[in-house]
This record gives sequence, C-alpha cells and structure tokens, in this order.
Amino acid sequence: MSEITAEQVAHLANLARIDLSSAEIDRLTVELGQIVDSVAKVAEVATPDVPATSHPMPLTNVFRDDVVVPSLTVDQALSGAPDRAGDKFRVPAILDEE
Amino acid sequence: MAKAELMDYDKALELFEPVLGFEVHVELNTKTKMFCGCANEFGSGANTNTCPTCLGLPGGLPQVNRQAIESSIRLGLALGCEIAETSRFARKNYFYPDTAKNFQTSQYDEPIAFNGQLTIELESGRQVTVDIERAHMEDDAGKLTHMGGAAGRIQGADYSLVDYNRGGVPLVEIVTQMIEGAEADAPEIGKTYVAAIREIVKALGVSNARMEEGNVRCDANVSLRPRGSNILGTRTETKNVNSLRSVERAVRYEIQRQAALLTAGGTITQETRHWHEDTGVTSAGRPKSDADDYRYFPEPDLVPVAPSRAWVEELRATLPEPPAARRKRLQADWGFVNLEFQDVVNSDLLDVMEATIAAGAPAQAARKWWTGEIARLANAAGVTAESLVTPAQVAALIALITDGTLTDRLARQVLEGVIAGEGTPSEVVASRGLAVVSDDGPLIAAIDEALASQPDVLAKIRDGKVQAAGAVIGAVMKAMRGQADAARVRELVLERAGSAPVEQAPAEPAE
Repeated sequence: MSEITAEQVAHLANLARIDLSSAEIDRLTVELGQIVDSVAKVAEVATPDVPATSHPMPLTNVFRDDVVVPSLTVDQALSGAPDRAGDKFRVPAILDEE
Repeated sequence: MAKAELMDYDKALELFEPVLGFEVHVELNTKTKMFCGCANEFGSGANTNTCPTCLGLPGGLPQVNRQAIESSIRLGLALGCEIAETSRFARKNYFYPDTAKNFQTSQYDEPIAFNGQLTIELESGRQVTVDIERAHMEDDAGKLTHMGGAAGRIQGADYSLVDYNRGGVPLVEIVTQMIEGAEADAPEIGKTYVAAIREIVKALGVSNARMEEGNVRCDANVSLRPRGSNILGTRTETKNVNSLRSVERAVRYEIQRQAALLTAGGTITQETRHWHEDTGVTSAGRPKSDADDYRYFPEPDLVPVAPSRAWVEELRATLPEPPAARRKRLQADWGFVNLEFQDVVNSDLLDVMEATIAAGAPAQAARKWWTGEIARLANAAGVTAESLVTPAQVAALIALITDGTLTDRLARQVLEGVIAGEGTPSEVVASRGLAVVSDDGPLIAAIDEALASQPDVLAKIRDGKVQAAGAVIGAVMKAMRGQADAARVRELVLERAGSAPVEQAPAEPAE
C-alpha cells in the first residue's frame, strides 16, 4: 500500500491552485495511492539496464528551422484575457504591501 | 524600506569568508522564439509577437528551434562543458503572471551542457578558475510592469501589466559551482566573471549581449562562512543585477549586510533579494518556501535532444578564438602597454580596432582616433563609436594624415564630414577643399607678405632670433585658413627670411 497521505494531497492541491473539498481529498488520496502502487509494480520489473523513459515514442531531435511565422494580432492575443489595459494584459496586484 | 546596517568591508572580510555562486541568463539572438515561430525581437509593440504556444493557449504545441540548440551547444563548448548524449526539457511549474503557461519550459536533471570551467583574470593579475556546474536551456518569461504604488515597484502596486513578447525567447542559464577562496576579490570576481560570459557569447555571436536590454542577466548568490568554521552560511540570491558594475556592488553590499546581521546575533533568511540600481541596496523578496516546490516533470510535448558526437564536433570547429586568448594576442601584436590596451577593451573597441589595423592603419594611430576624437563624438551623441564610422573609413582617414594630405586638425573636420554622410574621407577632402596646401607657391606668397608687413620681426629672425618666427607663422597659418602644414611653413619662413629684402615695403612678390 502506498504512503500517500491526505496532507500530501492537500499540499499538492494548494501548489496547483486547485480548491478541493475534504471529500475530494479523501477520494484522491486513495486514487493517487493506487497510481503510485501501480508505478511501483513497473519499477519492480524494470531492471537497471532499462533506462528511464520520458516519452513513449522512440524519437529524438525533432527540430524546426529558425524561420519567423506570423503571430496572432494583439486583439486576438488579448481576446481571452479577463482584463486588459491598452495592448497589455492587466493582472491583479502580485505582492501585498510589505 | 528600512536601510540595512552595513559592516565595514575590510572588517567583514576579517570575520567571514565570502562564498559565491552565479546564475547568468543569456538570451539567444535567434530569429524566432525557443518553441514557436514568433519573432524574437526587442522593442516591438506590446504583445505583437505571441501565439497559442507561447501564450499557453489550448492547442499550442512546442517545437524546438534548431538554431537555439546549436547556439546552446556552442556556448556549452566555449565554457569547456561536456555536451549531453541525451538531454530533455522539463516543466518547472509555478503560478506567476510572467508566464501564461503556468510553467517554464526548462531543463532539470538532463541539461544540454555540464562540467565546464572558465578562467578569469582580475586586474591584479590574479587568475581565478570558476567551475561551471551546468548550462541548460529554457524559455524566458514575459515582462511585467507594476502600476500604482511606489515608483513601479512590485511592493504596493495596484495592478500589473504584462507583455508576453519576451515570453518564450530562448535562454541559456549558466550555473556555477560554489566559488570559494574569493576573499576580498569577491565583488571583482563577480563582475569579471559576468564580463567574461558576456564577451564569450558576443564572440560566439549567439546573443546580442546587451546587458541594458536584458540579454545577459545575473543572479548573485552570496553567503558568509565565519572564519575557522567549515559550515556554510545561509545564502541569499540577489536577482535583477543587470550591469557589470551592479554585480560588483551587489556582492559587496550583501557581504557587508550579512556580516552586520550575523555579528549582531541575527540570522540570514534564505531568500530572493531584489537589487535596486538607483539606491544601491538589496531588499527582501519572497522567502524560499513551498512555493519553490516546482514539481518538475519531463515535458510530454517534446522529445529528447540527442546531439550526435559528429554534430557536436562540427559545432566545436566553429568556435572562435577564446576572448581572453584573443586579447593577449592583440595586445602583443599591437605593442600596447596595459593602460592603452585596457582603454580599448573598456570602450568595447577591440573589433573595430582590429578591423582598422587590418585595413592598414598603424595600431597607435587607430587607438588615438577611436578612443579619442571618435569616442568623444560618440559620447556627445549618445551612441556607440562604431555606429559613427567604419573601420575602413578610419583607416582611410589615418592614411591621409600619414601621407601629409591632412593635419590632425583638418582630419577632425574630415571625420565630421564622414560622420555627416558626405562620403569617404577622400571625397570629403575634395568636396570641402580641406587638403593641406602642399604646393609651396601660395605659401611663399603669403610668407613674403607677412614678412614684409612685419619688418621688425624679419630683422629679429635675421639676427638669429629664430623664436620670433612664431608671429609670422601664425599670420601665415591664418592667411591660409589653417590649410598649411605648420612645420613646412616654419621651414619656408626661415628660408624666405634669409633672402627677403629688409625694410623695403611693400615687398615685390618673388619671381
């Protein structure tokens, strides 16, 4: 059984800015635990000669040429923004007064 | 903000050993961003260079810029690094409006370059080898402008504005190992190290390397270890140190601030500090905390970068001569003493000097013009010297002085004409009629006239009072509107005085 705790889930939710109810935290604690257990199973059969992988496709070096393509217009770029000021995105104050 | 107590610098060094570390971010000068085809340019209208990928909109997919990879590998090689056989990108997750993606695409456990070394030389001649831990690739953040509150600072701002043009621009972050044994040289080591990085990326041509435009940015880590202790002190990371002088000042300031705090029984908080260029102080930013749990994970939308050894060697073959070695070679070639050479280096004139000398100008003459008159004009106009004239034009100007066509004074007028866009130095000489009058005819006429109108002077010269000739030379130069070689005028004055009739005015012009 994994050692995922409700505290860890709450901490993670906080870091990810996800507002979870205590019922959701309980459910996710169990589900995340099962995922960690499953990954641990894979780790059991993966011997040291099997390198860690981050991508299912056996591909490397997929590059594009350094050529400019048209960007969005300013209005397109700002169209989904909750607020704007001129051509810039407007966001709430970031830090409180110290 | 309360002003921090500072300990006298020498006293601080007596009690503590400073330990340094630097993170230098270099913005690459690729045409496009790291992961999308938006233009990478400074100074465009706000949010004109954005797309779904760099704005983190649904459906955006990153694609790696080959040129950025090549530049990163070349930079890694120039820093003496090993280049990874496989390297990959990772997401560094954080919430801050400078990125719309809510993560920075960076590298974590598999940087493109690692284990390098850079040897720098201080003004005293002391050599310091800085070990480079890694140089990894990442994308830059957007630019925030804080509105309201005190003078554009983040503290107390009412709201902030974001321009994402810079978001997604390719960066290489160069991270040093801990630098110990810096001692009192710590501030100079910081400045010299960042200067060396700047010089290298410029020589490689991978960055515009303009610190004032943020192409090269430094975070300075400083901690103090009490003398006789082997336990490292808590470090602070000062951000936003964006000029060479600031690096030096910020390191010195942190040493003095931390020393005062520790001696008074306080503790150093591990935190990010902001450098304030205007007041020369650092102020506390956010403390390191849970917020620094970045939950890195491999970027699922990008495949690994696995540069073949052949590719790496091909790129290694494109490396320029290391700047430090080049400086040594040029100083020896030019025969400059340290002061003369430093003058050229500090004015950022090495390239134009080299080109001017290659175009045939003697080294000392090239130095005199570039660091003298041209630098003065550039300074007055608030532009760089090399934006005013080309090395070829300067070499041509110097050639005209050497062959006697121009005096230094006339050459300055020709230079003005060249800068004003009137053509090559020869063309300006012709169009402004500035050549030294080398045909003796008009000169002799002017001299005879001057001698005849000053018979007392003539008498003195004939009596052997050669210094009296000055008055005549002055009159002649005036009559010639300066377009005469003073040495030749003096020669001719003495010659004519010897044969001129005395007290017989007006004199007949010589035949």
